[in-house]
Amino acid sequence: MNARASLLLSIADDELILGWRDSEWTGIAPTLEEDVAFSSIAQNEIGHARALYELAARELDTDADALAFDRAPADYRCAPLVELHVLEWAHTIARRYLYEEADRLRIGRLMRSDDAELAGLAAKIDREETYHRMHAEMWAARLADEPRFRSAVEELWPFALGVLEPELRAELAARVGLDVVEPRERGVHQPELAELWDVMTEVRRSIPGAQW
Amino acid sequence: MTAAEVWAALDEIPDPEIPVVSLVDLGVIRDVAVVGERVRIEFTPTFLGCPALEAMKRAMEASVAGLGAEPEVQVIQDDSWSTDRITPAGREKLRAAGFAPPAPRSAGPTTLVQLRSKAFRCPYCGSTETRLENIFGPTPCRSIRWCESCRQPFEQFKTI
Repeated sequence: MNARASLLLSIADDELILGWRDSEWTGIAPTLEEDVAFSSIAQNEIGHARALYELAARELDTDADALAFDRAPADYRCAPLVELHVLEWAHTIARRYLYEEADRLRIGRLMRSDDAELAGLAAKIDREETYHRMHAEMWAARLADEPRFRSAVEELWPFALGVLEPELRAELAARVGLDVVEPRERGVHQPELAELWDVMTEVRRSIPGAQW
Repeated sequence: MTAAEVWAALDEIPDPEIPVVSLVDLGVIRDVAVVGERVRIEFTPTFLGCPALEAMKRAMEASVAGLGAEPEVQVIQDDSWSTDRITPAGREKLRAAGFAPPAPRSAGPTTLVQLRSKAFRCPYCGSTETRLENIFGPTPCRSIRWCESCRQPFEQFKTI
């Protein structure tokens, strides 16, 4: 696989799996507003995943659904941060905040890419992410002095560093005010990814080739 | 067949989620080219996570087929669509249906401070005494606000 397809798949897998995790709050978020917010953010992250998969699919001679659902769990390229199963509010907000801070650096770099197609899609994604960032910033500010939130950020920090290429990590550290530590890199999956994959692909696997 | 006839047909297609505006009002059709029996349409999605994209594409294909031509809808995934592309007529229809139209992008990137300010006008009574209830709403493109003057919620089209 070439470097472009590989990069597209890493980002698309992050967005798909995080979108899935965010959607786990649908129906059970602490307030109705957050139920709507998490459902909407999840929907949009999965939309970004689809657009990225479509670009990758052209190079790999397949389609977006096949990339999203027909690979084995071990072949996904997502970062461990998005795989974690955290049904607890402080960790959920810490993950959203750290992911959005990392993602803005990654998307910003793609927007400056010489690859016009990639730069154009990144610019579109960036406009939409503005609203996810506002949501994350609003919550991070509200919980800034809460010990539970601070410890969740510290716990997830090595995972957040693993979302980015090494050369962007110092900038992320400066933005969130923490030191660069040993990151939790891509390539070694969290055990709970397999469980997520089972549920996510169940319908597709039940009737191969069905059109919905 | 002329491109103008195709544009007129596309202007009859309602947005699947906000049917008071047409796809032409929304500004999502970037170009129409008629080549013999084929009609090529360049379509730019609003939000990438919008579940109505497929429905819009199918409606355009059916509309062109109804004119007796062969449709080819090309989805353009770059940043050429923004809410500034909603036509003045489209903005007026949104307002009349209770959706506050998006602020122009020329005002710069949207910030939380701005969304919390009183710069947004209630589509029902025209008051700017409104506050942000939720950045997110029933679809990716809408936020929820509350009007302090006429005391009712309304939907604000997000600026992107």
